Amino acid sequence: MPDRPMISIENVSRYYGSYRALDDVSLEIGAGEFFSLLGPSGCGKTTLLRSIAGFDVPTAGEIRIDGTPSTLLPANRRPTNMVFQNYAIFPHLDVGENVAYGLKRLKLDAAEERRRVADALDQVRLTGLDRRKANELSGGQRQRVALARALVMRPKVLLLDEPLSALDKKLREQMQVELRSLQKAVGITFILVTHDQYEALALSDRIAVMFGGRIAQVATPKEIYQRPRTRRVADFLGGMNFLQAKLTSERSDSVSVETARFGTIRLERPKGFAPTNGHVTVGIRPERLRLLWDDERAPHELVGRVENRAYFGEVTHLTIGVDGLEQPLSMIETNDYGADDLPLGADIRLAYDPEAFVLLAEEGGSRQ
Amino acid sequence: MSSVAIDSSPGAVKPAARGRWMRSEEARGLAMISPTLLYALALLLVPVTLVVAYSFWTQNYLEIDRSFTLENYRQALTEPIYRDLFIRSLWISLATSAITVGFSYPVAWFISFHGGAHRNLWLFLVTIPCWTSYLLRVMSWKVILGYGGVLNTGLMSAGLIDQPITSLLYNANAVVITLVHSWAAFAILPIYVSLQKIDRSLIEAARDLGDGPMRAFLRVTLPLSMPGVVSAFLIVMIPTVGDYVTPKLVGGKDGVMIATAIQAQFGKGANWPLGAALSVTTMVLVSLVAAAVVLALRLVVRRIR
Amino acid sequence: MLLHRLRLLPFLPVYVAVYFLFLYLPILLLPVFSFNDAATTTLPLAGFTTKWYASLWGNTVLLQAARNSLIVGVCVSLISTILGICAARAITRYRFRGQRPATGLIMASLFLPEIIVAVSLLMIVLQMGLELSLVTVILGQVVFCIPYSMSVLVSGFEGFDRSLEEASYDLGETAIGTFRRVTLPVVAPAIVSSLLVTFTISLDEFILAFFLSGTEPTLPVYIWGQLRFAAKLPGVLALGSLMILASVLLLTAAEVMRRRAERRTQATPAP
Repeated sequence: MPDRPMISIENVSRYYGSYRALDDVSLEIGAGEFFSLLGPSGCGKTTLLRSIAGFDVPTAGEIRIDGTPSTLLPANRRPTNMVFQNYAIFPHLDVGENVAYGLKRLKLDAAEERRRVADALDQVRLTGLDRRKANELSGGQRQRVALARALVMRPKVLLLDEPLSALDKKLREQMQVELRSLQKAVGITFILVTHDQYEALALSDRIAVMFGGRIAQVATPKEIYQRPRTRRVADFLGGMNFLQAKLTSERSDSVSVETARFGTIRLERPKGFAPTNGHVTVGIRPERLRLLWDDERAPHELVGRVENRAYFGEVTHLTIGVDGLEQPLSMIETNDYGADDLPLGADIRLAYDPEAFVLLAEEGGSRQ
Repeated sequence: MSSVAIDSSPGAVKPAARGRWMRSEEARGLAMISPTLLYALALLLVPVTLVVAYSFWTQNYLEIDRSFTLENYRQALTEPIYRDLFIRSLWISLATSAITVGFSYPVAWFISFHGGAHRNLWLFLVTIPCWTSYLLRVMSWKVILGYGGVLNTGLMSAGLIDQPITSLLYNANAVVITLVHSWAAFAILPIYVSLQKIDRSLIEAARDLGDGPMRAFLRVTLPLSMPGVVSAFLIVMIPTVGDYVTPKLVGGKDGVMIATAIQAQFGKGANWPLGAALSVTTMVLVSLVAAAVVLALRLVVRRIR
Repeated sequence: MLLHRLRLLPFLPVYVAVYFLFLYLPILLLPVFSFNDAATTTLPLAGFTTKWYASLWGNTVLLQAARNSLIVGVCVSLISTILGICAARAITRYRFRGQRPATGLIMASLFLPEIIVAVSLLMIVLQMGLELSLVTVILGQVVFCIPYSMSVLVSGFEGFDRSLEEASYDLGETAIGTFRRVTLPVVAPAIVSSLLVTFTISLDEFILAFFLSGTEPTLPVYIWGQLRFAAKLPGVLALGSLMILASVLLLTAAEVMRRRAERRTQATPAP
């Protein structure tokens, strides 16, 4: 939890008729935090962002910005600024006029205004482009103009609505790096909406994963990847092998489960864990399974055979059938030892680390 | 969580709810459209309703008798003079819209598929004549088709005919020609729009699946452009049925249409209820015929598939 | 490609050419005969003269009608464009219940025989005891012009990216300031285009003016009166040619504006 919440969202709901875009969402975002709202389209992340910006009014609940109740405050009176998904560059103004747009309201003297515009353009590495027309900009430049236009207002919170989704892969990766260092440089709260889990993992201090108008989990990238709370979160953040297991013993800090082929596994007990009938789901990431070559041994081994193979350049994705498991296992193997040459049907041995398993909670009443 | 600001909310529940509605899309949209909507209500819906009301009343000299009667409709539907006018008006508007749509479709198709980068210029050129004064265009056709008009004197001086052709002007054909000319752009635009919307790869798919160009056109392009054809038909047919200027100027005795009779009831004849009944009957009849045509068009297209 | 097309549809370009000839012939004939030195419209042409144009100048009734048309045209284009802006903005920007019937009603005059609109307006005006005047013509023509104004404006506003306004609010601007600094400049060409189109329609509109103008004729009503006299035809042709020229110029200006609007609003979409 952040020590001083910059944004605090208290029981916010947004209904469109009977459709619940946001369903009783509560959340706190700290000052200076890079926070991401991650989820599939229609999960409510954009609605939440627009409620913070003041473009959408929640049906119920309260939004505070830096301690001020702001639920009904119009967008133009909030200390937040937004980078729009399509950047919303004013087509009738040039770059400099776009950046100066909000400053005009502040009635600064001309020199001060010029200085701030120039600084903002420097910050996004568009120095000297202020006379450029809006329709002469490339996608990446448009995005930088949108950033400069928002940052020049010195907001307390910068809101980013899928700002990288319109860019091609290479530019997107470059902008991710820049965005992160920009945030560190200006030190204000950034809230990013994205459906790209890698983007969220790479950029954020913390991530909120949303499904169906609710928040499924809020945690640091590492925790959310390694310790997803539910099966759905685990699934959304990358591949995961799911196994049915039976609860054998329960302690205050750990539980033991019995699985079909992996034997008895001891797992960390998640917060608020309450199994319904002794049946639980555990999961392990594909990259945590490892092929054993020749006579290499490991403390925990399993035999299986290659059912499918897909070559991805630096890695190969393998589907391994294991007798006694309902589903085949997926695993990701580097190509250093020739995993890409394994024939289909080949018998293999694989190693696993019982520590890598996570216990997944059932989705509490939410729809799959 | 801070408890400082919570105090302000309980008392503010009602204004908050109201504020939420006032800022809603619903409220803003209604507020925005209301001036225009009220104008249309006051100067279109109310007047047309009044016409409908009048059609059930009677006029005795200057007095209006507001008791309900169907007498005006009996007169409108059974008196031979009105019956003939209705039939001719419907017939002329039907012919006009069929010809306009039929002749305009290839042009719309040409602009949409082969207009290249200058599609908008083509469209603009098509619309120009239709925006210039309707009265002047009708007058111009009178000049062209008249006894001593351009066509006759031109043909005579070219030695193709010795006597002026008298059958050019003052008949239903002249009315149809003039109306087709007047409404051409109104037919091209909706057809063009619906052709533009067709994903070109659908036609390629049809060709790929073995259809020749003609069959691909009949089975893909034509059915998909049907909404445009239908609206072109309606947008030409409904207004032309009540056309006043064209029959008056180029129609002669054989080209008189119902609008002339309606106008007479509001002018010299001064029988508003009868005029109203004629107006209402015109609207109802043209709607029925238009609906029938639309249905028939849909059936034909379904057959082709 | 061209050869392929020609083989496929050899007659189509010819057909299109004939169609355009059919469209333009009547329009081009009026100016031709307006310079013809004869009182009748017969071929071959008699000789060149500008006397029919000269005769227009001394005609006070005509000049009065032209003044009336100008007054009506300016008022109609202003009112219908303002009402068109409201409606076009409401339907492109907001979703609300009753949107379809409301739009249907506003656009209805496009789908009604004009004589019925004219007759119903005449009835309501006389019923309310009002005098027929230019005011009644203006009121009536606005009903008729709103659908055109609205379609021009809707296409102008549709390309208008809503997030531009949101960006403006977000940067601290008020609703009025946003309208002045963002909305208006971006959609201005569409508005000018609507003004020009509705002015042209009003200038050329006959039926409503004929029914509602009383003793103050507009130009088309004046022309209608002149058509009864064969001797006045050349003068009418000259006047008509001038009106056609005015319409063409206005429409060209409207089209240029419309394209500018299109280019402006299309500058925004993602790369």
